[in-house]
Amino acid sequence: MAEVVLRLGDDVSTDAIYPGRFMATVLPAETPQYCFADLTEFNRRLRAGEILPGSVVVAGRNFGTGSSREQAASCLKGWDLVIVARSYSRIFFQNAVNLGLRLVICPAIEADEGDELEFTPDAVIDATTDRSFPSEPLPPARQAIVDAGGLIPYIRMRLLQERTR
Amino acid sequence: MGMTVAEKILAHAAGLPRVSAGDVVEPAVDLAMSHENAALVMNQFAEIFEGTGLEPRVWDPAKIAIVFDHRVPAETAKTATNQKKVRGFVAAQGITKFHDIRSDAGGICHQILPESGYVRPGMVVAGTDSHTSSHGALGAMAIGVGATDMAAVWALGRLVNVEVPATIKVVADGEFKPMVGPKDLILYLIGMISAEGANFRVIEFHGRAIKRMSTSGRLVLCNMSVEAGATCGIVPGDEETVRYLREEAGVVDPITPVLPDPDAVYEETIEIDVARLEPQVAKPHTVDNVGPVGDVEGIKIDQVVIGSCTNGRLDDLEAAAAVLRGKKVAGTTRMLVFPASWRIYKEALRRGVLSDLIAAGAVIMNPGCGCCLGVHQGALGDGEVALATTNRNFKGRMGNPDALVYLASPVTAATSAIHGVITDPRKGGD
Repeated sequence: MAEVVLRLGDDVSTDAIYPGRFMATVLPAETPQYCFADLTEFNRRLRAGEILPGSVVVAGRNFGTGSSREQAASCLKGWDLVIVARSYSRIFFQNAVNLGLRLVICPAIEADEGDELEFTPDAVIDATTDRSFPSEPLPPARQAIVDAGGLIPYIRMRLLQERTR
Repeated sequence: MGMTVAEKILAHAAGLPRVSAGDVVEPAVDLAMSHENAALVMNQFAEIFEGTGLEPRVWDPAKIAIVFDHRVPAETAKTATNQKKVRGFVAAQGITKFHDIRSDAGGICHQILPESGYVRPGMVVAGTDSHTSSHGALGAMAIGVGATDMAAVWALGRLVNVEVPATIKVVADGEFKPMVGPKDLILYLIGMISAEGANFRVIEFHGRAIKRMSTSGRLVLCNMSVEAGATCGIVPGDEETVRYLREEAGVVDPITPVLPDPDAVYEETIEIDVARLEPQVAKPHTVDNVGPVGDVEGIKIDQVVIGSCTNGRLDDLEAAAAVLRGKKVAGTTRMLVFPASWRIYKEALRRGVLSDLIAAGAVIMNPGCGCCLGVHQGALGDGEVALATTNRNFKGRMGNPDALVYLASPVTAATSAIHGVITDPRKGGD
C-alpha cells in the first residue's frame, strides 16, 4: 500500500516540479531539496522527512510538460516518489525511465490525497474508495531500460560490447 | 507505403531501407547540442565509463556543439563554476563547435546552430533542450532529450531505443493579414490541438504560407511545436532552406533536402487558412490557453519581453522597432529586448534597430535566454504581468510563481508596450 501524498491536475510542467531558478544545481544528489519548491508546504514536508519513500503523486494528463531539464526527474527520484498520471510528456517520460523514477500510466486515475493505492500488473486499486483503474505497461523500448537498471547501466553494457568486440 | 520526412531521416540514420511509426531504431546522430547543462551531461558521461576500464572519450568531438546561453554572463558562483568545468571538458575532448560568452561567437543555441551552418536538411540533431525541435525548420530531424540520453550519444554516437514517431501534417495556405505572422499561426495551432496534441509525434509543415515563409519564421513554428508536445516540427527543405544556408549561414558543401514520399502515411492532416488568423495571445498558465488578442485587450502589463529562441531574430527586432519608432514605451511598463545572437545584435545595431528601440525606452540586454526561464535577469515581482514573445507561460516561468505571463508576437508585444496594456497590433501605436 502506498499513500497519495499529492494530487495535481493536467499539464504539470517541469517548472512546477523543478523551478528554473534552481537549474544551476544539476547533480542528482543535490536536486531533491528543490522538488516542487513553489508548493512550499509539500516541499517542507519532503525536507522534514514527513513523506515516506514510495509515496504517490497522482496527476492528470501530460505530466512533465515543458523543459528537458533532467532535474525534474532526479528530484522526484531522490525522494523515491511514485508518479501515477493519466499521461506523460515525452521528454520527461524518457528522463524518468532513464533515471529509474517509477511511473505508472493510468489513463483514468482518480484518487485523493490520503487514499491508499495498491499496484497490480495491470491496474491501480484505490483501497480507500475500493475503485480500480486500468494501467498500461511501459512501451518495450522503455521497459528494456528499466530492466537494465536505468540508462547508465544499459549504455555501459552496450559500450563494453561495442568497444571490446 | 511511403515515408514521412522524419521516417526517411531516421531510416537513413539507422541504416535501414525503411521504417514506419512505432518501429524502434538507433539513429546515428549528426549533431549533439548542449548548453550549460553540459555540466550534468559530463557527470552522467563519466558515470557510464565507471568501472569499464575504457577511456571516457566522446565518440566524435566534431559533432558536439556546446553553446552557453541560459545564464550568460554567469549570475552566480555556482553557474560560473559549472561553465568553467564545461570549458575544461571542451578543451580536453577537443570539441570545436563551442560558443562561449563572446560577441564574436555567442548567442542562444537555437540561433547559433542554424546561423553557423551546423544544421542541414536530413540530419539527425539531438539537443539537451526541449526547443531543439527548432532545427526541423531546416529540414532536419531534431530531438530534445535529457542529459543522460545525451551522455549516451556522447558515448555511442547514437540515440538508443527511439520509437519512430507518427507524423501530423499541417497544411497552412493563404496569406497572412498585416500584423499577423508565424507566431500567431503556431499559437493558434497549439490552442487547437492542445499542449499534448502532438506528444510523441512530429509535425510536418506544408502549404503555400510555409513555402513563402522565411527560415526565421519557420524556426518560430518548429521551436514552439514542442509546446504541443511534438518531438520535432519539420519544414521539408526547399529553395528557401538552401538560400538561408548559402547566404546567411555560409554553407558551401552540397545540400540535399529530404522530401516526404507522395504516399507518406500521416496520422492526421490539419488544414489552416492563415488569412483567417487574427493576432493570437496565450494566456497564463499554459501555452495552449490561446485566444485572439481581443480576448485580453486592456490587461495592464508591467513588463514586455522581446527576444528568446522563439522571437529574438533580426526580423522580429525590426518589426518591433518599426512599431516603436518615434514612440515611447508606456511609463508604467518596462521593455526588455534580448537578441537571439550576437550576430543579430550587431546587425540590428548597424541598421539602427537598436537605437530606435533604445530611443523608445527599451533596455537592450545581452544575447541569451534572459528572463524567459526565470533564472537570469528580468524576473517579475509579485502580482506582475508580462507580455513576452518567448515560448512558455507556465506558473513561475519568469522567476515568480505569483506573476502572470502572456505570450504573443513581436508586433503585438511592441504595440502593447506603447499603451502599457495588451493591445491589438492592428490598432497601431497612436
